[in-house]
Amino acid sequence: MSRSDWEVVIGLEVHAQLDTASKIFSGASTAFGAEPNRQASAVDIALPGVLPVLNRGAVERAIRFGLAIGAHVAEKSVFARKNYFYPDLPKGYQISQMDLPVVVGGTITIRVGEGESAYEKTVRLTRAHLEEDAGKSLHEDFHGMTGIDLNRAGTPLLEIVSEPDMRSSAEAVAYARTLHALVRWIDICDGNMQEGSFRCDANVSVRRKGATEFGTRREIKNLNSFRFLQQAIDYEVQWQIDTLEDGGRIEQATVLFDPDTGETRMMRSKEDAHDYRYFPDPDLLPLMIAPEWKARVQAEMPELPGAMKGRFMDDWGLSAYDATTLTASKEVADFYQATVSAAGAALAKPCANWVMGELAARLNKAELDVAASPVSPAQLAGLVARIADNTISNAIARKVFEALWNGEGATADEVIDKQGLRQVTDTGAIEAMIDEVLAANQKSVEEFRAGKEKAFNALVGQVMKASKGKAGPAQVNALLRKKLGA
Amino acid sequence: MINASLPELRRALDARQISAVELAGLFLDRIDALNPALNAFITVDREGALAAARAADARIAAGSAGPLTGIPLAHKDVFCTEGVLTTCGSKMLANFVSPYDAHVVSLLEAAGAVSLGKANMDEFAMGSSNESSYFGAVKNPWNLGRIPGGSSGGSAAAVAARLAPIATGTDTGGSVRQPAAYCGITGIKPTYGLVSRYGMIAYASSLDQGGAFGASAEDCALLLGAMTGFDARDSTSLERPTEDYAAALAGPACARPLEGLRIGLPREFFAEGMSDDVRAAVEAAVEQYRVLGATTVEVSLPNAKLAIPAYYVIAPAECSSNLSRFDGVRYGHRAADYGDLADMYAKSRAEGFGAEVKRRILVGTYVLSHGYYDAYYLQAQRLRRLIAQDFQAALQHCDLIAGPTTPTTAWTLGEKADDPVQMYLSDIYTIAVNLAGLPGLSHPVGFGADGLPVGLQLIGDYFAESRLLHAAHRFQHATDWHARRPACAA
Repeated sequence: MSRSDWEVVIGLEVHAQLDTASKIFSGASTAFGAEPNRQASAVDIALPGVLPVLNRGAVERAIRFGLAIGAHVAEKSVFARKNYFYPDLPKGYQISQMDLPVVVGGTITIRVGEGESAYEKTVRLTRAHLEEDAGKSLHEDFHGMTGIDLNRAGTPLLEIVSEPDMRSSAEAVAYARTLHALVRWIDICDGNMQEGSFRCDANVSVRRKGATEFGTRREIKNLNSFRFLQQAIDYEVQWQIDTLEDGGRIEQATVLFDPDTGETRMMRSKEDAHDYRYFPDPDLLPLMIAPEWKARVQAEMPELPGAMKGRFMDDWGLSAYDATTLTASKEVADFYQATVSAAGAALAKPCANWVMGELAARLNKAELDVAASPVSPAQLAGLVARIADNTISNAIARKVFEALWNGEGATADEVIDKQGLRQVTDTGAIEAMIDEVLAANQKSVEEFRAGKEKAFNALVGQVMKASKGKAGPAQVNALLRKKLGA
Repeated sequence: MINASLPELRRALDARQISAVELAGLFLDRIDALNPALNAFITVDREGALAAARAADARIAAGSAGPLTGIPLAHKDVFCTEGVLTTCGSKMLANFVSPYDAHVVSLLEAAGAVSLGKANMDEFAMGSSNESSYFGAVKNPWNLGRIPGGSSGGSAAAVAARLAPIATGTDTGGSVRQPAAYCGITGIKPTYGLVSRYGMIAYASSLDQGGAFGASAEDCALLLGAMTGFDARDSTSLERPTEDYAAALAGPACARPLEGLRIGLPREFFAEGMSDDVRAAVEAAVEQYRVLGATTVEVSLPNAKLAIPAYYVIAPAECSSNLSRFDGVRYGHRAADYGDLADMYAKSRAEGFGAEVKRRILVGTYVLSHGYYDAYYLQAQRLRRLIAQDFQAALQHCDLIAGPTTPTTAWTLGEKADDPVQMYLSDIYTIAVNLAGLPGLSHPVGFGADGLPVGLQLIGDYFAESRLLHAAHRFQHATDWHARRPACAA
């Protein structure tokens, strides 16, 4: 039996850290990287007698997310206590939401794969709820003891739970990437995965193709990069298939992914699962969200990637692929829109090509974010305009781009003028160059006349070279054929 | 001076007949003399008290004194006090010096009141006799062989024995009203949400409410007025204007000042269960209210009998979670020797908590467990709603509800120590009021066969504190039960 006889079922739980200035239930700062326990208030360290007060900003971000995915934003949701003991959980319970979460339902459309085989899919979300993060246990540098850092304790999280709608690691990664882009797009999370601002848990199971029941799932905890997400799922899927094909059974369990070995290993089985004894937190009133609040958040919502993508296709004639790529992140979309607004809508397509092509490649090579691009949208727009009006060829344009990248000119025009890169369109000048080339390459001329089309291309190349790339290839082509009487 | 009312102390301080320092010294000396026998205080803060008294004297001299400036008081040791030991009556916090003040403590400090120290209490406010304190039982000033009630037993005993003129307390199931009754003083628990819980170490968050003890309704009114007020740090704090309870005491100076007041007598509270001497004193007090012009009407609270079972699900459930923070990791007791993490938790908590606290943590953990939650916790919440509805129905027919505060007078130390259920039943009349979140007041109305005080409980609708205090004040104007003192304060 092969892998193709099995269907993979994946659901993701994502913890997105909300980018509020202060914590979800205290006034302490959420800034990353402070000295241990310097950003832990009396509430965060759970002194006797302290009480939580809900941060409105965290709620507002949850509303924004709910509206962005077309979910139901609950008029009434309830905070509950999840009880368990751990040294980095100061109260002995985590304040979370259980029966009545703030966001219910919603969907996210993902695009999976590339080129011809790419397809779109809509993933349903179960819910998203507000909760507080725990602190950190530091097991190193304490000579056998454990250090506790409570700076992160009380940091607001939105736990976003999907339905088990994904059928491959590629779909899971596409979903995670789309969600990651969305939370940054609507400015509720900085998405910094190294700092743990966006963490994924993957629920993975397999079943025989055609089966109607889900298989037993195992949950892979705390995947903090898309690569690890893919690797962990791929390993886990193969392990589950191998286990089942060997006649084994899958036990429900929580597992950890080890990036060094690329394997998942069991953390705890279902039998060890905590009874968290959830109950409504009596220190907090039910969270009531009035329709007016929702309406205000809706009014302040930026244009969402889906709508923007549609607009790029309808108004500017971009392909689905281009529109998807250009709306993959807010920064790219902003850069692209700024470029088009400088160049004019008629040049939207070449602008798209440049943003996705030369610019993306150059940024990638330099490991730079688009927001830090040395070439500004206005500079890129100026460059695209000069290609469009035939001032320069595409080949020369790459030189101009490189010059702009290196700060050798403030505008494309300045670079073109300074370096004398203006395209030669004067027929007489080009014909003169052709005459020289034909005189110097009699052998090629003869070959061409003998029927070798290749020889023609060689002659075109020689003319282009003689023009230092400034002649238009199409024009050279036409004039050369005329000269040769072909 | 030790038996003076708050208005009398105010006049004496303002007239410079006594300084705040002298007044504090007077009570501190009484504490030194009597506390060894009563055990009403866990911590006496002589230096802090004298410093606060000096500041109060300065305020009085500057002419900016308020009603409580220079008035000594005791804080139940459930309230966090910055720089002062805050134990909550537990070994777990026997070494805990709070780095911050509870909201109530801040308010009273700002009012110029002088804190003498921290009053003994049942461990984590769990108990009805003050015998569960890690710091030993408190004795009833009327009879040192009797319990003072709980959980605010130290506060009640301190006021009854005049170790302090007034004291703060907390009431989760009767912990202000029951010890007030047993110690022959007045105590009020306001509507849930009026007194901020910030800095008040939580027992059962949905039931806990700060309250006031005094010799009279008038003293309670002055103290309560300074304790209430919205606090943004407590999400259950009510955002409404503060009331001048003392001003509300003024009433018609006539023979029948309570003319028109309808008092409801719950059939269930006057049925069996109450001892004969308590019944006699309570019925005489009701008759006195009629003499003052009130009319009485029988009402019914059919679900009140379910209050104790509902309470002993909800309160332990909340406490099992509230007390999880006492894990020996960051503050409080940590076992000296332990193996791994689980062992550290188990030993620290086994050593740090007393038997009653452990019992309630276990009960609470059980009722919240998977598979039991619906049958216990949710069912108890349903009962809670029914009980609250009963009160609303009864209050359609009356302005106040009156009945005994407790079924008997204070019992002998140790008598119910091995029978928690008998102990729980002593709160049968008070617990329903917490479940409904209503205000309740107890004031002394006589003595039982054993010479121990009997209390009458008045219950009002939400925010009826002024009405409760006014009725009790009128009663006290016409009678002198509240002026009786135990021998040690005579």
